[in-house]
Amino acid sequence: MTLVGTDDDLALVDLLDRLLAGGVVVTGDVTISLAGVDLVQISLRALISSVATLVDK
Amino acid sequence: MADSLVYLYAVGDAAFGDAVPPGLIGVGEAPVRMIVEGRLAAVVSTVDPLHFSEDALQRNLEDLTWLAATARAHHAVVDAIWQHRPVAPLRLATVYLDDDNVRAVLRANEAAFAGALDRIRGAREWGVKAIVHPQPDADLDPTLADATLGPGAAYLQHKRKARDRAARVQQDVQDAAADLHRTLSAAAAASHLYPPQDPQLSGHREHMVLNAAYLVEESAAGAFTDVVKAWQSPHVDVELTGPWVPYSFATLEES
Repeated sequence: MTLVGTDDDLALVDLLDRLLAGGVVVTGDVTISLAGVDLVQISLRALISSVATLVDK
Repeated sequence: MADSLVYLYAVGDAAFGDAVPPGLIGVGEAPVRMIVEGRLAAVVSTVDPLHFSEDALQRNLEDLTWLAATARAHHAVVDAIWQHRPVAPLRLATVYLDDDNVRAVLRANEAAFAGALDRIRGAREWGVKAIVHPQPDADLDPTLADATLGPGAAYLQHKRKARDRAARVQQDVQDAAADLHRTLSAAAAASHLYPPQDPQLSGHREHMVLNAAYLVEESAAGAFTDVVKAWQSPHVDVELTGPWVPYSFATLEES
C-alpha cells in the first residue's frame, strides 16, 4: 500500500486529517461513542508506527 | 450482542429525496441506504458487529490497511452523495446500535444539523499546505573569516553566524506561512488549521509549516485557486488539494 505520492487523487494522510479530526461529532448515550480526541491520537500513533514499520522493511 | 449495527456517513436534508446512487457500496462492502426523520435524512449502512463494534473498532483502527480501506470507503460514499445534494459528513467510525438510535440522534440534533448544512451548502473545501522550500546549504565562506582570529575563535564565530542565519530563515518561513494563511483567509468564507503533517507521512522531506482547510463558495472557487497560484514566496512551497466535501467545516455549534 502506498501512502503518498500515488496516482490516487487523494493522499491517505490528507483524507485522515479530515475524517479523524473533521466531520460532525455526535455524542450521547445512544451512540457507540468513538469520535473523540483519544481516537485521533490512537489512530495517528498507529499510522505513524505503521509507516515507520513499512519504511524499515 | 446485536446482530447488526448502523454506520452513519452523513446527514442531509430530507427534502432532496433519496439521493443514494443505485448500487453504491460503503464501508465493509455494505450497501448504502437512507433513514429519513423529520427534515433530515441520514446516509447509513448496516454493518457487521464483528468489524464495527466498539471493541472491534478499537482494534481495527490500529490496523493501517483496515483504516485506509474504511476511510476511502467512507469518503467514496460522502463524495458520491455530495454530487447530488449537500450533506454534513460525520467523523469516521460513527456507529449506532440500530435505526431507531439514528432517528433519535436526528431528532435531538435537528437544529444543529440544519445549521451545519446551512454553513456548508453551496461551498467546497480546499486544502493548502506550505512546505519549507529546500534551502541551499550555503556554508559561510571560510575565506571571509576574520583573519585576526585564532582557529578556536574563528570556529565559534562561524557557528554563531550559522545559528543566526538559521534563525533568520526560520523567521522568514514563519512569516511567509502567516502571510499565506492571511491572504487565503481573506479569499475564503472560513478557515480551519490542522497540525502540520509529520514528514514521514506527508512524503515531503522538508517540514510543513501550514496545513489548512478553507471553505469557499462554489462560485468563488476559481478566484480562490487563482489567489493560491499567484501567491509566491522564496521560503515555502505551496500545495493545493481539493475541492473536498467540506469535512473541516461540518461541525455542530456548541449549544
